[in-house]
Amino acid sequence: MMDAKEIIARRVAREIRPGTLVNLGIGLPSRVANYGPEGIDVFFQAENGVIGLGARPPEGMAEKSLTDAGGGFVTAVPGAASIDSAMSFGLIRGGHLDMTVLGGLQVDEKGHLANWMVPGRMVPGMGGAMDLVAGARSVVVAMLHSAKGEPKILPECTLPLTAERRVDLIVTEMAVIRPTESGLELRERGPGVSIEQILAATAAHLIIEGDIPEMELD
Amino acid sequence: MKAALRPEAAAEMIEEGAVLLVGGFMGVGSPHRLIDAILARGTGGLTIICNDLCTPEKGVGKLVVSGQVSRAIVSHIGLNPLAQQKMMAGEMQVELVPQGTLVERIRAAGYGLGGVLTATGLGTPVEEGKQIVEVDGQRFLLERPIRGDYALLACHHADYAGNLSYLLTAHNFNPIMAMAAATVIAEPEHIVPVGMIPPDAVKTPGVLVDHLLGTAP
Repeated sequence: MMDAKEIIARRVAREIRPGTLVNLGIGLPSRVANYGPEGIDVFFQAENGVIGLGARPPEGMAEKSLTDAGGGFVTAVPGAASIDSAMSFGLIRGGHLDMTVLGGLQVDEKGHLANWMVPGRMVPGMGGAMDLVAGARSVVVAMLHSAKGEPKILPECTLPLTAERRVDLIVTEMAVIRPTESGLELRERGPGVSIEQILAATAAHLIIEGDIPEMELD
Repeated sequence: MKAALRPEAAAEMIEEGAVLLVGGFMGVGSPHRLIDAILARGTGGLTIICNDLCTPEKGVGKLVVSGQVSRAIVSHIGLNPLAQQKMMAGEMQVELVPQGTLVERIRAAGYGLGGVLTATGLGTPVEEGKQIVEVDGQRFLLERPIRGDYALLACHHADYAGNLSYLLTAHNFNPIMAMAAATVIAEPEHIVPVGMIPPDAVKTPGVLVDHLLGTAP
């Protein structure tokens, strides 16, 4: 039995296309790398300055100057490049980053994402999130469908937004949803999840047309 | 040729209330010996411009704990709970800036530009009080340059002429900050004779560097 986060990571991994540059956020999104299609020609970017992020180093082999955007020790794949922060964010804003996967606190019917602060309670700062959402060619939000029973997919975000740009895909353990100009389209159901269950856990209006298949997971 | 400074001597140059550009991303690529010397000296009222405020035990995070920082311009403070407390209690002024905007604002200062136009921050609290400029039908925020009194950098190799090279993800803000401060102090891991860093590997030319920290303990 897969847990919710594994379902999300596996489903997002299917969005990765060969020959692309992909940025995975810290936490749940970083798990996507564990399920990428094997042998696929893809470079992961860490915005602190590496293209070609690799797995964790073997025990005792960590290099203090080779870390990911969460500060964890990593390796680099053959063909990797190290870059400074200006180029790293130039890649992000300049249309060179094909896809970013980020966590979310809220997403709304306009496809707006809020994922960086809860006023008065949690103000960690936006780090690179605003640049990633404003600049990446494709933005995928990978998050649990609800937070302690509270819906996270809402008619309108109540938290401060991360960007005014509409995100391209929302993947939760219950559903795959595509934000469009006319609203949120339900595209897929999670394993064993019914449309009624999705509707009950979603505060936003969902556009449902035709048969909604169960998501395929590798 | 540069003189090799001891960390205490470098810290003595930095006056109360100075504006410091500090390299590093969660402490990776930060000048730790220099930070420790500033901590020991107790210089207060500092403005810290850095990617993040690290953790309470590491990097610039230590200067937050010691109460030496009165103002911070950073993209992230989430791993330093004391920084969040001080910000909410009004004991430390914090300006949160998107990471890509932060590096470009510093770059603008160093490269002699009057500001940066970016779409990052539009439709968010970041746009408050800022001018919106339309170019060819696209909207951008006007973000202003940020310069420092001192840039405190960490690098891998320095030569006697002050040329610097960096390792892997320890580049981050360092090469950009080297352009944007009145005085640049670099803390190398290794100092090598002139000529040992190939010209193509020099990321910060020595003409930008005012002082080198010696590597002797």
